[in-house]
Amino acid sequence: MRKHSIILVSMLATTALLLSACSSSPSSTKTASDDTTSKGSFPAYDASLAGGIVKLVASSAGGSLDPKVNYTAQYWQLYQASYDGLLAFKYADDEGSFEVVPDLAEALPVISNEGKTLTFTLRKGIKFSNGKEVTVDDVKASFERIFTVSSPTAGGFYNGIIGADACLKKPVGCKLDQGIVVDAATNSVVINLIAPDETIISKLAVPHAVINPMGSPTTDAGTTIIPTTGPYMFKSYDPNKSLIMVRNPYFKEWSHDAQPQGYPDEIHYTFGLTATAQVTAVQNDQANWGFDPIPSDRLNEIGTKYADQVHVNPLTAMWYLPMNVNLAPFNNLKARQAVSYALDRAAMVKIFGGDKLAAPVCTFLPPGFPGHEDFCQYTVGGTPEAPAAAWTAPDLAKAKALVEASGTKGQAVGIVVSDDEVNKQMGEYIQSVLNQIGFKATLKPISGNIQFTYIQNTKNKVQISLTQWYQDYPAASDFLYILLSCGSFTPGSDSSINIAGYCNKALDVKMRKAMDLGITDSKAANKLWAEIDKEVMADAPVAVAFTPKQLDFISKSTKNYHFSKQYKMFLSQLHVK
Amino acid sequence: MVFSESPGKIALRTLTRDKRSWISLGILFTVLFLSLIAPLYASSIAHTDPFVSTLNATININGQTRQVLEASTEGLGLGVTPIGPTWNPQAYFLGADNQGRDVAARILYGGQNTLFIATSAAFLTIILSLLIGLIAGYRRGIVDSILSRMLDVIWAFPVYLLAISLSVVLLTSGLSLGFTRIGPGSIALPIFIIGIVYIPYVARPIRGQVLALREREFVRAAIGSGAKHSTIIFREILPNVMPNVLVFIPIIIALAMLTESALSFLSIGVQPPSASWGTIINDGLALLYTRPLVALAPGLMIVLTAASLNLYGDAVRDALDPKTRARGDA
Repeated sequence: MRKHSIILVSMLATTALLLSACSSSPSSTKTASDDTTSKGSFPAYDASLAGGIVKLVASSAGGSLDPKVNYTAQYWQLYQASYDGLLAFKYADDEGSFEVVPDLAEALPVISNEGKTLTFTLRKGIKFSNGKEVTVDDVKASFERIFTVSSPTAGGFYNGIIGADACLKKPVGCKLDQGIVVDAATNSVVINLIAPDETIISKLAVPHAVINPMGSPTTDAGTTIIPTTGPYMFKSYDPNKSLIMVRNPYFKEWSHDAQPQGYPDEIHYTFGLTATAQVTAVQNDQANWGFDPIPSDRLNEIGTKYADQVHVNPLTAMWYLPMNVNLAPFNNLKARQAVSYALDRAAMVKIFGGDKLAAPVCTFLPPGFPGHEDFCQYTVGGTPEAPAAAWTAPDLAKAKALVEASGTKGQAVGIVVSDDEVNKQMGEYIQSVLNQIGFKATLKPISGNIQFTYIQNTKNKVQISLTQWYQDYPAASDFLYILLSCGSFTPGSDSSINIAGYCNKALDVKMRKAMDLGITDSKAANKLWAEIDKEVMADAPVAVAFTPKQLDFISKSTKNYHFSKQYKMFLSQLHVK
Repeated sequence: MVFSESPGKIALRTLTRDKRSWISLGILFTVLFLSLIAPLYASSIAHTDPFVSTLNATININGQTRQVLEASTEGLGLGVTPIGPTWNPQAYFLGADNQGRDVAARILYGGQNTLFIATSAAFLTIILSLLIGLIAGYRRGIVDSILSRMLDVIWAFPVYLLAISLSVVLLTSGLSLGFTRIGPGSIALPIFIIGIVYIPYVARPIRGQVLALREREFVRAAIGSGAKHSTIIFREILPNVMPNVLVFIPIIIALAMLTESALSFLSIGVQPPSASWGTIINDGLALLYTRPLVALAPGLMIVLTAASLNLYGDAVRDALDPKTRARGDA
């Protein structure tokens, strides 16, 4: 209950802000900070606890280090301690971490022009890790860079900025002269939107909106290091070996809520360890934390012998199977529905580690999320027209009948999964299910380094895959609109987050309506999102499997664990001295 | 008149008197028999389909219903562990793997694949090596140079490196051989790959032997009498090469088996849900802490089979080698 209500508080704060802006005269303005309340800030920095190296381990790197391109939870966790935007999610535990606070901006924006204009004042005296001061020109260039590098969320998050349409069509040389208006004399940054956006505050707080120095690469920087503003900067990055972060010599804490000083002197990420090896490294205090899901083989051991080093936190996330609606056999609705019926979500929960670590779901919006309603169309006793209340068991008989009726029986299906232990086991289970219902399934495990971008690119002709989605910000649009709108589907691109390639123009209109409605009536908007959820799932472009919890297993010497629902464990706040 | 026995008969008699050959054959036939009865065991005794994930299955042990994958009830209650060995052939004799599948049934099926791939690959190696060795050694000159350089190219790569490289490439695209196409998941792929990588190790000794035989009087006499090349190769040379080839067979089968297991262990051999001993060891890797038998049992089968093949190979070599026989007789 607490979780649900506070998410809504966060949403309502933004909504109320925009609503007030809309309902007042165009000239009236209101500061967003008037509507937000500070929740659970961390204690002031204690220099006596600083020092040491945080050692992280993972099976593979998270891909490009470019904060405008990378879209993985693995690196967003690092960006929180290194890059800054005008706004940021607060350093606070649990639901408090959903609160948006001013970061490089002096305050939350002044909103005017019926919610279409956001005015910020950039803080003075903040420097990048290369020693150059952050200027309003860097801010403008950073927003333009979102489009020049074809950020995965350019079309989904930032297409409402005036001029974004042209930049989306022609990313090279993108200019947002009308959308981002800056004044060096007053240090002001004005963001002009085509229409009010209930989630713009949250979108400006995610890493894709961080401020990079003007002159940063105009294409994906890859392994090239871009200067940071936060307490840490990247020293070296070799995706096959390691990533090293050191203190940014130019960092001085300007907001304890947005970017507090960090405790460890360095953060080292080592790649190439299996999930089991990661657990062993943490057990032996050779590493502070491992990124990969802990293999179920080791869970009992750490849940009994190392219980005091284990932290389990609920997540607003899902594991799901996007099915390519533009490729056989999943260009057939019945074939897609068959997969949704056949999936034994309880079995997948078992592979993930049991019901203490995950729960079966079949809605697109996770439980507790704005717009979520309990229903399940693909379970025994459920249909797309008359959903059951919740998932109880798979319906293999119906799934087989649907495959038969679809005329896709016997067709070859390739399943692309990440090659870590848990994902491979999931893949093997999915393969077994697909074979049982009449397909000829083959499993294609590929490196986690590239799997997420590989499955997005239509050139790779991926039919079905297994992936995860963790919320960017607490709004239904972050799931439904971002993952399944026509605008999020870019054929031939590695940044096509609508992995299923699903484009339903009528639903797109409905989703935009829900987003508009969210500005004035969040309750009605949530109801509409729930309807959209049902309609989307009736089309079954994806099969949602379960919602996971985050299990963090930290070493004995690691202290001061804090968990953000936004970016998971706060690395910069760990005490490892 | 004194009728001396043919070398073949002497070798066979020596082999049948060698205890090593009986022990190794006994183990090999047992393994083969167990592998062949895999479908019978799975369907009629264990009543299971070892290729289907059954994560929510239950079994009845001593009147108690238990989950095949049991959730932990200790500590924080984290994790799910597959059921261990029941030692009851009718239900998870060696326990379950992390997909809830019967490990014993999978090992028997795995034996089918491993032995079939190893034997087929070994015979592919032997046949191609014989052809290359005979032609290169008999023809000499430019033909020998070309074939020998081709062998050198293969030999230049370590066996496992070459096998892994070929597997990684062919696993995604399959292999077109003109007249036929081998699909990415087909077990014909590991057969082809393993069959190719061992060719130099067999073909070169054969070529060397043929080069020597070609200078012997009986071959020269055959050439001088105008016999066809094919007649000389197959009637005069081949019978003299065969004893060495026979020695190679069990050794190459053992090597092929180990290579297949290694490739499958690396997920680039037999593809799931099919099983080979290598894939089962790979599956067991994720259970080493809680159910080590899942990895150990197929490992033991590989060791037993490979050791038996090597033992039998030694026995065959001794039986065919007059010098060893002489030492044995003395």
